[in-house]
Amino acid sequence: MKRYKILKLKWEIIPIIIFLGIWEIIARLNLISGHFFFPPFSTIVTEFWYLTVNGVLGPNFLSSLIRVLVGFSTGSIAGLLMGIIMGWSEVTNKALSPIISLIYPIPALGWLPLLMLWFGIGEILPITIIFICSFFPILYNTVTGINNVNKNYIFAARILGASDLKILVTIVVPLALPNIFTGLRLESGMAWRVIIAAEMVAIPTGIGALLMKAESLIRIDIIIVCLIILGVMCLSFEIFFTFLEKKLTNRWR
Amino acid sequence: MSSIKLKDISKYVCKNVNLEIFDKELLVLLGPNGAGKSTLLNIIAGLIDYQGSVFFDHKPVDKLPANKRRIGYLFQELNLFPHIDVAGNIAYGLRVQKQSQNEIKVRVENLLQIMKIKHLSSYYPKQLSGGEKQRVALARALANSPSILLLDEPMNSLDYRTSKYLRTEFKILQKKLEITTIYVTHNFYEADEMADRIAVLDKGKLEQVGSPEEIFFHPTKAVSDFIGEPNILNGDYYHRLSFLKSTEIKDH
Repeated sequence: MKRYKILKLKWEIIPIIIFLGIWEIIARLNLISGHFFFPPFSTIVTEFWYLTVNGVLGPNFLSSLIRVLVGFSTGSIAGLLMGIIMGWSEVTNKALSPIISLIYPIPALGWLPLLMLWFGIGEILPITIIFICSFFPILYNTVTGINNVNKNYIFAARILGASDLKILVTIVVPLALPNIFTGLRLESGMAWRVIIAAEMVAIPTGIGALLMKAESLIRIDIIIVCLIILGVMCLSFEIFFTFLEKKLTNRWR
Repeated sequence: MSSIKLKDISKYVCKNVNLEIFDKELLVLLGPNGAGKSTLLNIIAGLIDYQGSVFFDHKPVDKLPANKRRIGYLFQELNLFPHIDVAGNIAYGLRVQKQSQNEIKVRVENLLQIMKIKHLSSYYPKQLSGGEKQRVALARALANSPSILLLDEPMNSLDYRTSKYLRTEFKILQKKLEITTIYVTHNFYEADEMADRIAVLDKGKLEQVGSPEEIFFHPTKAVSDFIGEPNILNGDYYHRLSFLKSTEIKDH
């Protein structure tokens, strides 16, 4: 089994290696407007190394990472708890749904001007943006997951003597997990996309801010380093939640 | 002691149903689809609200919620919790009733043995066959030692052989446990095989209640429309070979 997994991973890496090879060749042969605007992959690797050793990349990456982790975890937990309450209690759902339906379509970055005036430029601002970006989709996925739980399981648990709270904790929430994880997986990647955008517009530190500085200095190699980091982080977070979902639900699904 | 009495029960298609099920009896509720059989079971279980009164042992239980009625219920779809393994499914009722770990372990082991599913204890429902799921669901329904057992067309999804085998096993178990049981089906032959008494329900109305012989030989008009008129052939009975039994038809 393990051998098969390694083999599978190797196959997945091959297209990436080919892509990087073609990129290197095209850049080296000057096929697209020269080294300056289209640096080869090897230059990007070298630049990544310089940025890391010179202490530029580390603090910026750490700033973005902490913002994403704090904003995403608080937003997800709040969305999850609110989703459980709304999914379980019809009254709460009916009372809150209209307000949430109104706020949900507003893109997270749309809140930026208002939040800048309310909180100023500081750590609260990006964390709040990520909180908003995570809260609503996870809330919706949780409500959907809970509503999709077959009512017969709830009847069966009730007949067996379970109280409402026991049914919620032992039956409803575990059965809603696949839906909840879909929300977590998609939004963890979205959190990175949003934080980069927020840092580019309003925050002086982080990968997004570094991206903007590189643009003003016309440092295409640094821009590409930042974009690769963004891609890798989105993917890593999504892979982490896919792994967690499989670990928790694969036995019975 | 666990008798059940339904007095003037009305809900959905059911109108003023009056029925008594005696202690330790296996009553089969027979009727076509949409007759209101499952509705009556859900009323007895306390899963839906209703008009009229339900009595257990002559005491009204209308205000008693489902989780306090001490009923075992085998649903048509079985409803085994898909995220919990077999042992966990059987133990669920005992866990939520806060029984001690030791008691739960002993009871689950005992039920696994009775139902002949000990080897499946760590399996998840998706890994089980139809017949195995049936056994697990029955074990789960019996785990809390209920005084009443409700079975809603439990053999519907099984092939003929498995269904027949499980029915025989269940009937023996029911008599052994002496548990008052209502068994719902739309199949007369299944009803005939299982029942102490049969209650025929059609369009929410109780058409006839009686022993299988009464229902078969003397059906009311509405019941004969559903189960058909009996074909009765008179004959003498004799042995032709030691292992074969035969009947000579004299007249009809």
